[in-house]
Amino acid sequence: MKFTLSWLKDHLDTTSSVDELSTKLSAIGLEVEGVEDAGAKLGAFTVARIVEAKKHPNADKLQIVQVEVAKGQPLMEVVCGAPNARAGMLAVFAPLGTYIPGSKITLEKKPVRGVVSNGMMCSSAELELADDSDGIIDLPESFANQIGQSYVDAAGLNDPVFEVKLTPNRPDCTGVRGIARDLAAAGLGTLKAEPKLGTVEGKDACPIDIKLDFSADTATACPVFAGRVVRGVKNGPSPAWMQARLKAVGQRPINALVDVTNYISLDRGRPLHVYDADKLQGAVRARLGKTGEQFLGLDGKDHAVDTTMCVIADDSGPLGFGGIMGGEPSGSTEATTNVLIESAYFDPLRTAATGRKTGLMTDARYRFERGVDPASVMPGLDLATDMILKLCGGTPTKAKIAGKEPIDARVIAFDFARVEKLTGLKLSQAEIKTTLEKLGFKIDGPANAAKITVPTWRPDVHGSADLVEEVVRIAGMDRVPATPLPRQHGVTRAVLTDKQKRARRTRRLLAARGFVEAVTWSFITRDAARHFGGGSDALELANPISSELSSMRPGLLPGLLTAVTRNRNRAAADVALFELGQAYRGEKPDDQYMSAAGVRAGTAQLKGSGRHWDGPADSVNVYDVKADVYAALTALGMDPAKAQITRDAPSWYHPGRSGTLRLGPKTVLAHFGEVHPATLATLDVEAPVAAFEIFLDALPPEKKKTRAKPALAASDLLPVTRDFAFVVKKDVAAADVIKAAMAADKALIQSVSVFDIFEGGSLALEGKKSVAIAITLQPATETLTDAAIEGIADKVIAEVKKATGGEIRG
Amino acid sequence: MSVPASVDLTTLENELLHEISSAGDLPALEAVRVSALGKKGRVSELMSRLGALPVEEKKTFGAAVNILKSAVSAALDARKSVLEASALNERLNTERADVTLPVRLGPVAEGRIHPVSQVLDEVIEIFADMGFAVAEGPDIETDAMNFDKLNIPAEHPARQDHDTFYFSPGSDGTRLLLRTHTSPVQIRTMSTQKPPIRIIAPGRVYRCDSDQTHTPMFHQIEGLVIDETTHMGHLKWVLEEFCKAFFEVDEVKMRFRASHFPFTEPSMEVDIGAEAIGKPGQWLEILGCGMVHPNVLRNCGLDPDKYQGFAFGMGLDRLTMLKYGIPDLRAFFSGDLKWLRHYGFGVLDVPTLGGGLSS
Repeated sequence: MKFTLSWLKDHLDTTSSVDELSTKLSAIGLEVEGVEDAGAKLGAFTVARIVEAKKHPNADKLQIVQVEVAKGQPLMEVVCGAPNARAGMLAVFAPLGTYIPGSKITLEKKPVRGVVSNGMMCSSAELELADDSDGIIDLPESFANQIGQSYVDAAGLNDPVFEVKLTPNRPDCTGVRGIARDLAAAGLGTLKAEPKLGTVEGKDACPIDIKLDFSADTATACPVFAGRVVRGVKNGPSPAWMQARLKAVGQRPINALVDVTNYISLDRGRPLHVYDADKLQGAVRARLGKTGEQFLGLDGKDHAVDTTMCVIADDSGPLGFGGIMGGEPSGSTEATTNVLIESAYFDPLRTAATGRKTGLMTDARYRFERGVDPASVMPGLDLATDMILKLCGGTPTKAKIAGKEPIDARVIAFDFARVEKLTGLKLSQAEIKTTLEKLGFKIDGPANAAKITVPTWRPDVHGSADLVEEVVRIAGMDRVPATPLPRQHGVTRAVLTDKQKRARRTRRLLAARGFVEAVTWSFITRDAARHFGGGSDALELANPISSELSSMRPGLLPGLLTAVTRNRNRAAADVALFELGQAYRGEKPDDQYMSAAGVRAGTAQLKGSGRHWDGPADSVNVYDVKADVYAALTALGMDPAKAQITRDAPSWYHPGRSGTLRLGPKTVLAHFGEVHPATLATLDVEAPVAAFEIFLDALPPEKKKTRAKPALAASDLLPVTRDFAFVVKKDVAAADVIKAAMAADKALIQSVSVFDIFEGGSLALEGKKSVAIAITLQPATETLTDAAIEGIADKVIAEVKKATGGEIRG
Repeated sequence: MSVPASVDLTTLENELLHEISSAGDLPALEAVRVSALGKKGRVSELMSRLGALPVEEKKTFGAAVNILKSAVSAALDARKSVLEASALNERLNTERADVTLPVRLGPVAEGRIHPVSQVLDEVIEIFADMGFAVAEGPDIETDAMNFDKLNIPAEHPARQDHDTFYFSPGSDGTRLLLRTHTSPVQIRTMSTQKPPIRIIAPGRVYRCDSDQTHTPMFHQIEGLVIDETTHMGHLKWVLEEFCKAFFEVDEVKMRFRASHFPFTEPSMEVDIGAEAIGKPGQWLEILGCGMVHPNVLRNCGLDPDKYQGFAFGMGLDRLTMLKYGIPDLRAFFSGDLKWLRHYGFGVLDVPTLGGGLSS
């Protein structure tokens, strides 16, 4: 919404400055996006006359001109390069020190080819009044008595233009008068009385019939349609003042009749339309469109109509979209002599829907979809008639009205105390009352049980909270005293849930293992989603921004692997990335789950990556990521040894070099392993990648226990270590060997570690391998005798043999 | 037989001490020790003669030999220390590492936390101190949760501003959407918890928009307080305290402007003076807020005549960009290692109120 200062002053009697107005508008909810103030920008430029012009002695294309910059003052010598500079010419002068906006320089006193210039003669482009210009501004002789005055004042260009970003709840401020009303309520002036109109109601009946043609359930589309014909008008360009205002706010003047409707739309937020009455056939009616209908719009394009859209039609068919855009053939032109003025009310919702479907964004739609004041139908028609009579002459007929204005006189029960209760701002009853009244509300009854009647132009006000907003925004949000929110506890208590704490801890743990945290899109390509077990129709966006971002991700690995490729393309091949975020198994809230996933690409191992004098990092493998998973679970307070490892990781992992960590058959805690080569190929990943996914929601809740740690069970007796090497079949799991050894004496055996795996030599030929383990015995009460140790060793050998068929290696 | 005790012993001592001091290395010293104190050494031999001496002499001679033995032992020990020290020195002189060789810094130095995660931790730290819990909700929402219950009916112009991502309609004709704000979490919280409520709701939100300054996914954080007395003055205080704490400055200039959101009434937009981030003279719009709309309370089963409170919402990515001078929103989601290394945070940079959010 744009308007100029002088236009505002038509409605508001004020002495406030542009800055004051602008600050107040923003404060009361009419956010000023910008003020174009030519007067402030161009105030230093003055009207001047070139008295004498002669060639510059040292330059062919320059002239030295003597300039009268003010009556009775000595002439100024200025160097000028404009081809049109000549003696006797009225022009625009900038003294030294002036900032020239078009060329972004400040004038300094310095010689031009040996002659000092005391200022500059300016072009329109230099003043940013035109995009480009041939030579300096050449003013007509009518400026002769304004020499020395500010050029923008003399030329009437100093009307500052405000641009306000309206929130959708304020249709009343789509007109300058509504903005003036708010400012008056906020104390920046007085709202002027409505202008007196001449006689607008004619003697003859309106010769064109106006009808509403709806069924009962669609009648809201256009509940009222009023019109009046003015006969014998003389159309032509609108007056200069009207054109100047329209241009200032970005409108193109068309002709007086059309300009009047546009002007009232901007002035009052009341859109109107004018038809050439001689081009209409039969009655003009508002109705819903019919399939197959179309019309040529004022934008010069054909518009198809459907059965949900409200159109204005005559016997020939639709003429235009009601409340959005009129039609070209029925529009008024310079040749129009009989004009039908339309003033109607169109339903905001239907207007918005039609506007969206057609993609038409017009000033009428902007207003009707917000909700035009339904009580403005007749005053708008009369105002338009008055202006047309004044500008174009002619004879009005009687008005013709079909239907009735949809005015619901809302009355809100209001206790003034509500203002303080809801905002903390204590205002006098008088201030509350005055504010509401200035905004057009009618107040009856006592302050603690008032009945407030809402003005017809405020469809947004429905309840007491709305009234509080009206009062407090006008009073000023800055007057609301900041009030400490009471503390609930002396010392703050922890607020995070266990799940949130886990997520935090996992994030820091993974970063501590050298991973860099990425945040990737929640949506991926459908192909990638399918590859990772997703890609269902239910998780496919109907209106994705691109096919790259169309499917809700089933897991975090596709995004991370894509990032691996992107980094590789930027010469970073060895990357360890993780993400902690949501993924989707389905569209239900419970289908969303929290995952912590990581990828190690190339040689991005825990110790570092790439070549190093102390030994190069190897290609990442399943054990790198297994360690990540175990470290994470341990950090989360779980003993990973209590979980089972199965060999059934999903298809995007290498089938032989991956595992799944579970608690029982149903609960999957994590997958880890090298990524399947086919998966890497699908996502264009070149380096080897090992990956993991930890399902944070699947972790069992931490058991509530005392904060005190259990007593330390440390023995003074020294532990004893014994080594064993077993030859087992190649496919025997090391875990089974460990488990069996552990079972030999649960009390004494404190730990079992695997310190060597040997699969080469003759063992390989036999399909066997050697697993070397170290067993640590921790005596509790007395030092173990050799015999006792031997006994346990025999039992270890027997248990391992029983469980795995392994023989002790000779 | 008589022994010329004094002469013999003195000479022997001098001889032995001389041999000890001239022993050049540990083996030579050991040879001297054997020759003096060994079984058949010269000192041991004197001791073996003791038995043949008369009682009177035995005492004096014995004492004298013991003194000699002690002196020799002490000299041997002292010389041994000297020789050991020089042998060690000699060895150490050959053991030289090139201490200028570069080392690997290890994973803790390599790892990074994403700036958005870091800033979320900071924000949580601040609001936790004011008693706000952290609430979460699903990304895939219904029209009802994302719009209707928030007082944004179908065809409300605000719905168009939201540029919503939709899924295809299901068999019942309803279509799900990606939440355009985290406000549905407020609805879920108010519908399931009894006031007093103090929560913040951080999370991913989605809008069908992509250009220099917009990405189709970004992060929001909203706050909600519902009880029987909380008013706009409290809202202002909370936001002022938050801004000071977050930007880690003593004062933040703030400007509260009336505005409009369907789900709050009254509503405000809040600007901060950009001197908080070292750019004086500008205002930066950072958040929208207001008192929760009575219709929203009603939609959640709360009586607006009894309960009231405020809500606010701001962009987490934007806060991050402002505080840490990060220029481009789109880079947040690129997974670019160079960017993450540069703008990311170290593992040990855990924000706390006591230790400082960013230090």
